[in-house]
Amino acid sequence: MPTQFEELQARAAKRWDELTAGDSAWIRVGGGTSGQAAGAEEVFEALKTSAESTGVNANVSMVSAMGLMYLEPQVDVLMPNGTRVFYGNVEPEEAQMIVEQHVQNGEPLMDRAFAYSGGYGTGVGNLPELESMPMVALQQRIATRNFGDTDPHDLLQYVANGGYAALNRALTEMTPAEIVDEIKAAGLRGRGGAAFPAGVKWSFLAPSDAPVKYVLCNCEEGDPGAFNDKGIIENDPHTLVEGLIINGYATRSTHGYIFIRTGHEKPIESARKAIAACYEAGLLGKNILGSDFSFEMEVSLTGDSYVAGEETALMEAIEGKRSTPRYKPPFPAAAGLWQKPTNINNVKTISYVPEIVRNGSEWFKGIGTETTSGTAIVCLSGHITYPGMYEVPMGMTIREVLDKVGGGVSEGERIKVLQAGGPLNGLLGEEAFDTMIDFDAMSAAGASIGSGGIIVGNETVNVVDLLRSLVAFNQFESCGKCFPCRLGNTHMLEILDRMCQNKAKPADLALLERVGTSMRAGSLCGHGQLGFNPIASALKYFGDEIKSCLGGEGTPAGVYGDGRMILPTRTRP
Amino acid sequence: MTTAETAQSSKLRERIRQILNAQAQPTITVLSSLIAVQDSIHYLPDEAIKETATLCGSTINEVWSVASFYTNFRFTPPGEKTLDVCWGPACHVVGAQEILNSVHEVLEIKEEGDSPDGKVTLKYNTCLGACAQGPVIAIDHHLIGKQTPESAAKIARELRGHDT
Repeated sequence: MPTQFEELQARAAKRWDELTAGDSAWIRVGGGTSGQAAGAEEVFEALKTSAESTGVNANVSMVSAMGLMYLEPQVDVLMPNGTRVFYGNVEPEEAQMIVEQHVQNGEPLMDRAFAYSGGYGTGVGNLPELESMPMVALQQRIATRNFGDTDPHDLLQYVANGGYAALNRALTEMTPAEIVDEIKAAGLRGRGGAAFPAGVKWSFLAPSDAPVKYVLCNCEEGDPGAFNDKGIIENDPHTLVEGLIINGYATRSTHGYIFIRTGHEKPIESARKAIAACYEAGLLGKNILGSDFSFEMEVSLTGDSYVAGEETALMEAIEGKRSTPRYKPPFPAAAGLWQKPTNINNVKTISYVPEIVRNGSEWFKGIGTETTSGTAIVCLSGHITYPGMYEVPMGMTIREVLDKVGGGVSEGERIKVLQAGGPLNGLLGEEAFDTMIDFDAMSAAGASIGSGGIIVGNETVNVVDLLRSLVAFNQFESCGKCFPCRLGNTHMLEILDRMCQNKAKPADLALLERVGTSMRAGSLCGHGQLGFNPIASALKYFGDEIKSCLGGEGTPAGVYGDGRMILPTRTRP
Repeated sequence: MTTAETAQSSKLRERIRQILNAQAQPTITVLSSLIAVQDSIHYLPDEAIKETATLCGSTINEVWSVASFYTNFRFTPPGEKTLDVCWGPACHVVGAQEILNSVHEVLEIKEEGDSPDGKVTLKYNTCLGACAQGPVIAIDHHLIGKQTPESAAKIARELRGHDT
């Protein structure tokens, strides 16, 4: 008799066959938040209407975004002959042409397509093969392996591509302790910024015999420039849900929470649908897949508060309170959410777990560098030719990511500054671009992979103005609990305002440093402790430019010399 | 308080009770309740504070402390449409400042808030989550990327019902 999981796999295989191996075409539109911003929903509607009115034999689906965001809205057509052709920057008006010429007549629009994939090795005209394009070839997709291929709202498509096999293996072949050991051996380090070994963290919670224990997954992700946590949830929520169930089993926990900021509708919808589908399929709830392991999961929403991403503040938010950090100890493993033993991990960390359990720790350890195994999920934005989300092996240099994956900047321009790892981390100048992407190498360069966001600035970017933008963000988002953070950020912002308005004095630099020192010493959480980071790193790489804004002879005019200072400066009540 | 106001208030209370009781997730808290009300009627009237306190067994003070902390909550009805403009550093380097300038001009306001005709509420957003498409704005949570001062002004004018 087949097991519950084998029955699910059989249903999934049938569904995937219908979509890919039948005699109908499959038109896929990349969705997600970024897709929406580029107009993918309008393109999807137009394709559906055209397919219906033309009467072609085709399924039209909104699937996960591939990560090549500069090509959005992105559409691809898989023909019954197994060849897939990709179109970028599609307009709704082009839908009819794609349906008629490509799907109905079997003639891809060669002047509009950018790549092909699959088929019988004969190629499609002179199009490049998708897998040979540098921004695809240089990636090693683990957490994002299904991007561009599957409908995030369809559990069966996830299972058909190997999904929940890791959970099944964990429940039937492995003890909780063996999984914790496997995660330790894989060298998986937390992707939320602190880079703490995940297996070690899990082992703090596992021994407790408390009747209620929590595992929390943090998708607060308020970092401007980072969209990989939300990207994973909205594009492949089951990777996360499967990882979190395994996290729960390994730590012998009873409840899981996925924590998302309100207003981010796509990730919230994806997570909720995925959890509901799992309950229906017996992957959540009592006796998962017929085992004696039971586990509950839900989505918890927070209001707008950046500090809610700090682990103890996050627990306060789930409990429904103001999200301000707690004193430690007690640490979450002893007394976390509702004072129960709790384990908390970032979305990306958890999303690697299914593939580690499925392929083994040796496989994962073989990717990346000696001290940081696995991949980095990098989000490129700002002045870069190919903005997007790319999963590259740890150990690639920043310059390789910028130039080869991101396509560099336009000819005649130069990348001047990078903001990497969120607004509490540093700015990087050109001398740091040969740094390897690896937790330790980045931190030695005065930056952090942090959340994985890299904002690229060309020579038009004024470093003091960019600093002001970061500090304005930090000032606005200080939760207000510790006064060195609340007032320190406000004070630093005032000084940066003066610098931008050409009203600063040379003594202001020492003042900035003094404020920064107080913040580091007198704040409970990273928000205050790291608040001076952007300025410290800017002084390292752009010292002359900053000092030129501190008064004296030959000071350039301020950025906001015309008085149009409109970035908000607010303090929380 | 006049009788008409009282009747209106009790109708609003009834609506809020329905919203609070319709929360689908197992964990119901002060914060989840306030988010549910704001999602449905787009602001938190006094009635929402009181009903949430009753539902969660909290004091009105405790509910206010939560409501006043998170910056997505507002306490008066918003304009017909809400326009979010991202001012996070990722959008800032590609010109969010100019987008804000041009939107301020069209909406006739100098900072966050409601246009004088009550049609549009402008919100500064710290990150809308589509940085690769920056500068980004959103109309009632629907994102639109790659904005220019001109395109954003056109959208703002349309939201106000002005000729474009």
